[in-house]
Amino acid sequence: MTHTDWPLWEVFVRSRRGLSHTHAGSLHAPDAELALRNARDLYTRRGEGVSIWVVPSSAITASSPDEKDPFFEPAADKPYRHPTFYEIPEGVQHL
Amino acid sequence: MTTTPAKDTAVTAAALALGDDALVLSHRLGEWAGNAPVLEEEVALANIALDLLGQARVLLSMAGDEDELAFLREERAFRNLQLVEQPNGDFAHTIARQLFFSAHQYLLYAELAAGDGPFAPLAAKAVKEVDYHRDHARQWTLRLGDGTEESHTRMQRAVDALWRHTGEMFQPVEGIDVDWTGLETAWLEWTTEVLRRATLTVPEGPRTGAWAAGAGRQGLHTEPFGRMLAEMQHLHRSHPGASW
Amino acid sequence: MATAAARDTAGSRAYDVMAADDTAAHQHAFDAAVAADERIEPRDWMPDAYRATLVRQIAQHAHSEIIGMQPEANWITRAPSLRRKAILMAKVQDEAGHGLYLYSAAETLGTSREELLDKLHSGRQKYSSIFNYPTLTWADVGAIGWLVDGAAITNQVPLCRCSYGPYARAMVRICKEESFHQRQGYELLLALSKGTPEQHAMAQDAVDRWWWPSLMMFGPPDDESQHSAQSMAWKIKRHSNDELRQRFVDICVPQAESLGLSLPDPDLKWNEERGHHDFGAIDWSEFWDVLKGNGPCNEQRLTRRRKAHEEGAWVREAAAAHAAKHMNGETGATRA
Repeated sequence: MTHTDWPLWEVFVRSRRGLSHTHAGSLHAPDAELALRNARDLYTRRGEGVSIWVVPSSAITASSPDEKDPFFEPAADKPYRHPTFYEIPEGVQHL
Repeated sequence: MTTTPAKDTAVTAAALALGDDALVLSHRLGEWAGNAPVLEEEVALANIALDLLGQARVLLSMAGDEDELAFLREERAFRNLQLVEQPNGDFAHTIARQLFFSAHQYLLYAELAAGDGPFAPLAAKAVKEVDYHRDHARQWTLRLGDGTEESHTRMQRAVDALWRHTGEMFQPVEGIDVDWTGLETAWLEWTTEVLRRATLTVPEGPRTGAWAAGAGRQGLHTEPFGRMLAEMQHLHRSHPGASW
Repeated sequence: MATAAARDTAGSRAYDVMAADDTAAHQHAFDAAVAADERIEPRDWMPDAYRATLVRQIAQHAHSEIIGMQPEANWITRAPSLRRKAILMAKVQDEAGHGLYLYSAAETLGTSREELLDKLHSGRQKYSSIFNYPTLTWADVGAIGWLVDGAAITNQVPLCRCSYGPYARAMVRICKEESFHQRQGYELLLALSKGTPEQHAMAQDAVDRWWWPSLMMFGPPDDESQHSAQSMAWKIKRHSNDELRQRFVDICVPQAESLGLSLPDPDLKWNEERGHHDFGAIDWSEFWDVLKGNGPCNEQRLTRRRKAHEEGAWVREAAAAHAAKHMNGETGATRA
C-alpha cells in the first residue's frame, strides 16, 4: 500500500501581519494545493493564522546533532557581538 | 427592515428555504464524522458542516425559533432542495453534491451580499465560507475525475446520479430577488468547466424531473429524507418542552 | 523541522552502532539532558527502549483520539438542539485534529502513520479502553466530556512537560484546545440535571456508568504498572497512576455536588488525615477484560475504523495518482 501513502508536509503559519511564519506542525497531503488546504483546516481553525506555507518534509535539510559543537559552540565566546559588552560613561545618551 | 406583513411572510419563506438547505446539508456532512477517507478530510468536512450549521442557525432564527423549526416541523414543512438531502453515498457522491450545491450557493450569496435586502449581512459573511467549500469540492472533483480508473468511474456515476437534482436550485424562491436565469447560466458555465478539466462528461440527462422540479421548495422530498429527520428529531421530540 | 529530521533517524542509528565508543558518551549526554529537564529532539541520540516506549505511548494516544471520535459521533445526528449539534461537531473534529498532531509526533520517531494505522487495524497496538464502552443516551456525551475528558486532561497536562520535544509540543496544543471539551460536557450535564426529572435521571445514569471506567483511565495501580518506573525516570511520565487518579477524584467530588449528581461509590468520603478523598476498590478484572478485547464495543469500534480506512483507499489512491500525473500544480504560488 506504500504507493498510496501521501507525503508529509511541514506547515508554517503567520499568526498575524508583521510576524514571521513559524512552524506549526505537519500533515499528509497528496500535493501542494491540498497540503495548503489541509493546513488551513487543521492549523487555523481557531483563527490562528493569516498566511500559510507548506513545504515537503523531504525538502528540509537539517543540521545534525552530531555537529552541534562545531556548528554552534564557536559562537558562544564572542561577547563583543553583543551591545552589553561595551562600557559607556554614564550620562551619554542615544547609544 | 421593512415591516409590511406581506414582505415579512416572503422573508420568512425565503429564510426557511435557505436555512433548510444549510441545515440539511450540514447534517448529512456530519454523518461523515469518523468515516472520512483520511484524517485530514475529517477535519475539512467538519469545517464545512460547521459553516453550514452556522448559516442555518442565523437563517432559521430570522424565521422563528431555530430549534422549534429544526426539530418540530414535519417532513412536508421543510423547504430544502432535494439535492442536499441526498444520502452521502461514497465520497464521490458527497463531493458531487458539494460541487453542485456550493457553486449555486456561492453565486446566490454573492448576489445577495451585493444587494441591500434582509439577507445581505448573512450573505456577506457566508459567501466567504462558501467560496472555500466550492474550492474544496472543485479540488476533489479534479482529483477524483482525473485520478485512477476507479475514481473516474465513481465520480462520473455520482455526477450522473445527482444531475437531475440540479435544476431545482434555480427555481425562483419567493422573497429572494435575484436574476435566477443569470445564476443558472453562470452555474452551468462554471460547473461544465470543472467537469471538463476533471476529464468528466457533462451529463446529457434532464436537470429536472417530474418529481424534482421545485419539489423540495414545496415540501416534496425523497424517501431517505424522512429517515434522516426521524433520526435528527427523535431525541428533541421525546422530551417536549425540555431545555438542553 | 522536527518531523523532517525523522527520515535520517535510521542512518544516524547505524552510525551509532559503528562508533561503539560513542554509545556511552551518547547515553551520558542523553541522561544529562533528561536530568537537566532539557527536551530530547528527533535527531538526538536516544536509547532504543526510550524510542520504543514513546512510539507505543504516542501511537496509543493517537489511536485513542480517532477511535474516541466514534462514541460521540454516535450522537451528532441526534443532538437535541442546534447549539449542541455545533458544539459536538466541533469537539469530534478536534479529536481528529488531535489524532493528527499525535501521529505527526510519532512520525518524528521514524514510524509512518500508515504503519501505525496498520497496527491499530490489526489489533497490534491498543487505544484507551474507555472507548470500548457504549454511549447509550445523550447524557453520555456530557459524561464523556466531564469525566473522560477530565481524566484525560489530568493525565495530559503533565505530558506538556514530557522529555520528548515533539510529544510535549503536541500536548501543549491539545491541552489548549481541550479545555472547551470538558467544560461543554459539564455544562451539558448541568442543563440535564436541572431539567425535567427524566433529563436528571438520564444524567445520573450516565455518571453512574462512566465514573468507574474513568478512574480506570489512569491505568493499573502503581505496584502493578509495568512501564511506569522507567517512564518516570525518562520523564516521559511525571506522576504515578495512583497520584493522578487521586487528584482526579479530589477534583470531581465538589464538581459533582455543584451538578446535583452523585458519584456511584458508597465508600467515597473525605479523609481529613490524608487531605484527600478515600474511594472504593476498583474492579480491575473488568479493566483487564476490556483491555483483552471483551468490552462491549471493542469489535464494533475496530470494525468501523477498518471499514472507513478500507472504503477510503480508492480516494487516497486517486489523489496520489492525480498528484503523480500533475507534478506541477495549477497555482504554484511561491512564498509570500
